[in-house]
Amino acid sequence: MAMKHETNVPPVHATSYDAADRARLADEAAQIVARYPDPRSALLPILHLVQSEDGYVSPRGVAFAADILDLTPAQVSAVATFYTQYKRHPNGTYTVGVCVTALCAVMGGDAIWDEIAEYLGIGDGETTADGLITLERLECNAACDYAPVVMANWEFFDNATPQSAVALVDDLRAGKAVPTRGADSVATFKEVSHVLAGFPDGRGDEGGEPGAPTLQGIALAKQKRWTAPALPDEGARRRTRTSSQEESR
Amino acid sequence: MTTLTPVLSRDWDAARSWTMPVYLSNGGYLGLRKALTMKPEEIVAAVKDSGLRGRGGAGFPTGLKWTFLPAPDGGPRYLVVNADESEPGTCKDIPLMLASPQRLIEGIVITSYAIGCHHAFVYLRGEVVHVYRRLLEAAAEARKSGYLGSNILGSGFDLELTVHAGAGAYICGEETALLDSLEGRRGQPRLKPPFPAVEGLYARPTVVNNVESIASVPGIVRGGADWFKQMGTERSTGHGLFSLSGHVVRPGQYEAPLGITLRELLDMAGGIRNGNQLKFWTPGGSSTPLLTAEHLDVPLDYESVGQAGSMLGTRALQIFDHTTSVVRVVTRWLEFYKHESCGKCTPCREGTFWLVQVLRRLEAGKGRPGDVDLLSELSDNIFGKAFCALGDGAVSPVVSGVQYFRDEFEAGMHTPADEAFPPERSTLFAYTPRRPRGAELAGAH
Repeated sequence: MAMKHETNVPPVHATSYDAADRARLADEAAQIVARYPDPRSALLPILHLVQSEDGYVSPRGVAFAADILDLTPAQVSAVATFYTQYKRHPNGTYTVGVCVTALCAVMGGDAIWDEIAEYLGIGDGETTADGLITLERLECNAACDYAPVVMANWEFFDNATPQSAVALVDDLRAGKAVPTRGADSVATFKEVSHVLAGFPDGRGDEGGEPGAPTLQGIALAKQKRWTAPALPDEGARRRTRTSSQEESR
Repeated sequence: MTTLTPVLSRDWDAARSWTMPVYLSNGGYLGLRKALTMKPEEIVAAVKDSGLRGRGGAGFPTGLKWTFLPAPDGGPRYLVVNADESEPGTCKDIPLMLASPQRLIEGIVITSYAIGCHHAFVYLRGEVVHVYRRLLEAAAEARKSGYLGSNILGSGFDLELTVHAGAGAYICGEETALLDSLEGRRGQPRLKPPFPAVEGLYARPTVVNNVESIASVPGIVRGGADWFKQMGTERSTGHGLFSLSGHVVRPGQYEAPLGITLRELLDMAGGIRNGNQLKFWTPGGSSTPLLTAEHLDVPLDYESVGQAGSMLGTRALQIFDHTTSVVRVVTRWLEFYKHESCGKCTPCREGTFWLVQVLRRLEAGKGRPGDVDLLSELSDNIFGKAFCALGDGAVSPVVSGVQYFRDEFEAGMHTPADEAFPPERSTLFAYTPRRPRGAELAGAH
């Protein structure tokens, strides 16, 4: 019964979790519920938790969430089917998405999509036969100044090209650690789902400094010595800091 | 000449800017320290006097919104930060939260203190996992340092903060849909009134504010309303992040006083790429009607952009040069709205579907006589008739696109957009298109 699903073999026959898994999940679900004044607010993170276990919103996951929150499975399904990040079929280890909203599409997203879909031989929402890559047409990622943008498990790859997108999926399938704008490597769909359930993975410090577009304005301001009007407390603070630095010498 | 005024972005280039020590060394939490010496109503008054208007697009005065909360009745009241940034073109809150999450948290603590909230929430879109990591860790760091939790800085003020990740739905940026989503439901908008200030989260008084609005609060408290009003125009005060994207040499975040012009910003960003001509742009995301080169000198403040027939929105300046097919761009935007329509109301759900049908055949050069008028009619059936502002926003690109470029839409009767405007001329990289000219888009959802 304790099936581990490293690929996308669906646990279709698994109607419940074994005792140890259920106890672990129930403990985490309780931690989620404790974050909110009303238990039902925990439903979205609990669905992320289910995906961290099963790689999609499984029937047993729906039953689990309903049981924890005293809802019906129909109520849980109604919510799960509303949001695009909840998968109704076992997801690949990596979701690779190409932004095809207008600006990214024009900057190259449409071309990247054509290339990568042909290269992988799959369409929107489909998964490669090895269970590693699920391909998605994405709507805006809020990274337009880095367009065109490709993502893998919600880590961004900026100023992408058809070649870089192909190299990305090759590296992911080969098990190479691929650095992203965020984390230093792409976590698996299940690992990322666990973070989205609100459990930090300790990787927030990864990724280093922001990319050039983020810093474009501040770099120009420094070069031109442009500043906002000084805050009234700033002169005093600078002096304090200088004197404390001198004291420490 | 207008110059940049980095306030929110001023420490983004510091090494490990997202950590507490770096934030503190740049004046972090001085605003909170000052706020805790003030009466809550003094903070509300300062924010009101500053003229700060909601930075999430609607531009509603932030301090005024806070005053709509009914008098305390002993029950809870909530602050919910709208971090569901997903309006096409809008990309300011994500870099802010990545580089400076403590600034947001400081703003949350001050605002909560001002409005009498003891449990605040950040509703972050789920599709930015690294931002979620940074926020979760920043909240833990703030708690450890005594800026969150009980008896904050010895003031007796208590605040819990829950950072919540959504799961992929543009509509959750609409404040009442966000609240339904945060309550564990489908994210669909609520009928207003009652407004969230009266019945918001769990039907309790709730303030919903955008990330950038809340992140602007510490500066206003430190500097006072008059400091803030030194920037911007009389009715559009202060600093704002202007996000340039598309066919500019140096796309990115430029923090400037409201009222700066696109001409000035383009100059800072190196101009249009390859010396090309500006064709059209959005002042504040895809829901704000298109503008053209004739609007280069419109001051980017709420009033002036409104007079020019658009809206300041989120200052998401998407720039398209003369290589770009406006039919293609409008089609992609409407595909976005169709995909993101929550389905609650018929005008938006059905209307965006039909708009996409017509736009796709125009893009493919297979338009039928009367299709351009049909676009206007379909838009008319949505505008002002949808349940929430998303419907109105969805028709903005169609109506303004036809207004300025009707000939290009008419050409969709016979000429595919990619013949008139070969897409390989608009891209950031060189490539040979795989798709035959005029072919229907493969795999579109």
